[in-house]
Formats: sequence, C-alpha cells, structure tokens
Amino acid sequence: MLCQQCNKRPANVHLTKIVNGSKVEMLLCDQCARGKSQLGFGGFGPSLNINDFLSGFIGLSHIDIHAEHVPKEACCEVCGMGFGDFGKTGKMGCGNCYSKFGEMLKPVLKRLHGNYEHTGKAPAGISKVLEVSREVERLKELLGKAVQNEEYEKAAEIRDRIKAVEGGLKE
Amino acid sequence: MMAEENNIESREAQIAISSRVRLARNIDGIPFPTRMNAGQDETIINRVWESISQSSEAVSKNLVLMKIGRLDPIDRQILVEKHIISPDLGESKRESAVIISRDEKISIMINEEDHLRIQCIFPGMQLDDAWQLCNKLDVLLEEKIDFAFDKKLGYLTCCPTNVGTGIRASVMLHLPALGMTGYIRNILEAGGKIGIAIRGIYGENSEASGNMFQISNQVTLGQTEEEIIANVKNVASQIIEQEKLLRRELYNQNPYRFEDRIYRSLGLLSNARIMTAEESLKLLSDVRLGVDMGTIGGINMETLNEMMLVTQPAYIQRLAGKTLSPDERDIRRAELIRSSLRND
Repeated sequence: MLCQQCNKRPANVHLTKIVNGSKVEMLLCDQCARGKSQLGFGGFGPSLNINDFLSGFIGLSHIDIHAEHVPKEACCEVCGMGFGDFGKTGKMGCGNCYSKFGEMLKPVLKRLHGNYEHTGKAPAGISKVLEVSREVERLKELLGKAVQNEEYEKAAEIRDRIKAVEGGLKE
Repeated sequence: MMAEENNIESREAQIAISSRVRLARNIDGIPFPTRMNAGQDETIINRVWESISQSSEAVSKNLVLMKIGRLDPIDRQILVEKHIISPDLGESKRESAVIISRDEKISIMINEEDHLRIQCIFPGMQLDDAWQLCNKLDVLLEEKIDFAFDKKLGYLTCCPTNVGTGIRASVMLHLPALGMTGYIRNILEAGGKIGIAIRGIYGENSEASGNMFQISNQVTLGQTEEEIIANVKNVASQIIEQEKLLRRELYNQNPYRFEDRIYRSLGLLSNARIMTAEESLKLLSDVRLGVDMGTIGGINMETLNEMMLVTQPAYIQRLAGKTLSPDERDIRRAELIRSSLRND
C-alpha cells in the first residue's frame, strides 16, 4: 500500500486524528507522518486560515465595506491599508488606521467589547490630562442632572468644581 | 486511604497551575509588524533593548535579549512549549526577538502581532503580582518610548480584540474532575456569555489534553486593568470551587475506584517502556489529582511540572541532545518519566 499523501513511498504508519470532533484516519509513510507529528510548529495538518476565521468571528462580515459613507479609495496615509483589507484580515495596519477608520470601526468595537471608551491606564505624560477630562465629563453629567432636577444651587457648585478641575490642569 | 480533611484544603491551591498577564503595545508612528517596511523590524528590536539596558531599575538587570532567527529550531520550540513565546513568534519570518528574565517569569516578545508583548508568568494564582510586574515593565519602557495611544480608545493594537488596555490576564487550571465528568462543557459555554474565554491548553479533547484549561478575559476596552483581573480571578475561583466539590464527590462516591484509577496511572508512568505525549498528559493529570488529594505521597510539584515538560517533543530532544523520531521520543519519554519518579 502506498502512502496516501505522497503516493510514492510505502505506507507504514497508521495516523488517527480527531479533527473538529470527527475521526480522520490516514496511512502514511515515515516521512509524511513526521511532517504531521508533534515536532513541527505547523504539525497539526492544514490549518484553517486564521484571519478569515477571525474576521468572521469578530463580526466583520456584518460590516458593509461598500456602504456609501466609505469612500472607495479610503486608505490610511501612514501604512496604506484600506478598510477593505481590514474586512479581510481583521487586523489594523498602524495606530493611524484607528483614527482613519474610527466611525466604521465603532460597530466592531461594540460587538467585541460592548464599549468604545478606554478607562484603564495611560502613558504617564497623558494620564494627568486624561484623568482631568474623565473627571470633567463625569461632573458635566452630574451638572446636566442637577439642572434637569432644577437643583440650581447644586448645579452652581458643580460648575465651580469643573472650573477648578480644568484650572488645575492649566497650572 | 486519603489524608485528613485539613490537609486537602491546603493542597487544593494546586488547581491553579500558573497565572499570566500580557500587555500588547506598539511604538507610535511605526506601522504594526504585518505592515512594517524592511528595516523597521530591526529598529524596533534595537529601540526596545536600548531602553531596557539603559534603565536603572533593578528588574532590567536580569533580562537577556534573544533574536529568534538565531536560535536553532529545537530551542525555539522549547520556548513555545514553556509558553515563553507564542507559536507565531517561533515561526516568524520577520526579524523578531524575545527579552527573557533568568527566572523566566518575564518575557517581552518583539515583533509578534504587535511591536511588543510584555508578558509575566507566575506559579499558582498570582494574577495581581503578574500584573504589577507587567505594569512596572510598561512604565519603564514608557520612559523612553512613546506608545501608540488614543485618549478614547486607549492603547492601539494590531487586532481590535486587544485595543484599550491591551491586557490579557489568564490563569491555567488543572480540572480533572470537571473534565472526566463532562461538566467542563457547561463551564466552557457559560464563560463565553460573560466575556471570559475558557479553552483547553493542549487541544480540545479535555482528557487527552491533561485537563489543563486556560481562563482569560476577552474584553479589553471599557474596563480598567484591575477590573479585568478581578473578573478573571473571580471566575477562576468559582471554577476552582466547583472542581473541589466535584473532586470530593467523586472520591466519596467510590474511594476505591478513585484511588484505583490514580494508582493505575502511577503504575503505568512508573513502568511503561513506551509513552506517547497524549497518554502521558492523561496519566499525569491523574497523578497530579492524586497528589492534590493526598492519595499519593512523596511526589512533589517540581517533579510533576518537570514531567509535564517531558510530554513535549522539543524538550525531550534537547535533553537527548539530538533529533529523535516520534517512536524514539516515546521510548525516551517513558525513560525520563520513570527516572523522575524514581528520584523523587
């Protein structure tokens, strides 16, 4: 019996694999079997295209890359990636891609994280600024609520705090 | 028979094998590795290594740089088997490198999917320590390097699945009771619903993979690093509780059957002359369970961990000092396991 892979050498290895829950049996020669063994990095047989898989998984198939608001030749100025490339690979080309494709990315981020806004740490140089703008945003929300509830005294207090917080940054 | 109840309590900590935190970072103004120009890969390695070697922090003194292209294939795969580098980095076609600490707790992968992947691995359940060390390295690098960061989106990464904190916090758990009863399937399903990924480490079939599972966060944007870590820890602790309950139940249902299974596995490991990777992972899971439960005495954790490494092909070949065929590896593996158990 010849090896089922190369059809040249005699088969002397019986290989059984479980692929996605179903059993696959092969008769191989030593050489081809070694290629499929645990040694090689890619030793798990022909793997699926991970990028295709990922882009499907993170819901890119739901984005219409031909939608009207996407200019046909929208490409990142820094790395040259188009939004269509992103649709295929699910990967960004550089940091600038995020601002270039910001609006189009929103549904992806929402699907992945349920959220668009970073609340974690920031580089030292930015963290102070970021802290202040997060605090100001929080206070502005409170201010809105206070005004809505006609609590004008409280609103004035909050307004002063916003000024103080913003002033602190300028110093 | 089994050891005293209080003894079991202290040993159950062993369900958590290791804790890992990694941060994805990119250098501002340079395309991510998949879209880099020729030469930029080298520039990044140099810049990162420079900022580390110029740092006065004590932690930087213990780090060494290894260029992946200069390692022989077996050494590369050993790094993969020890989870120090990813399989992708091991195979990388572009110039890539890893910075490792002597105790192997720290590894900074350069030019993987992102310019930097800062990773810290600690034994047992020590996610907070792993995060603190990662953060320390991040701060140290940030003194010299501007990372790609957006005020709204946080740290920018090649894949949008990592954007924001760029953090992946994971705990490796040994879950034989959940694995052998099949309850693990319910847990795998439930995890996905709460933004936690749970997957087998050495493959999908849980018994064959030694019942090792990795619990990690999926969401990286909109939560702080501390919240993410607390979430992973919380889910891992709940799974550990379930595993403990089930272990006791399995034992109490039929102590003789329980012990018989463990001693049979120990018997095979102590005596077999041919041992495949798959079989050894399965048997080692039983023995580890026996050690945890106090059924087997006299085998320490180092021996168990050493035997886990021996299940992997490259490590065996490094010990043998030559390339071995799969059949030769199985024979060698059986020898190494027998000798580990004798020495203990």
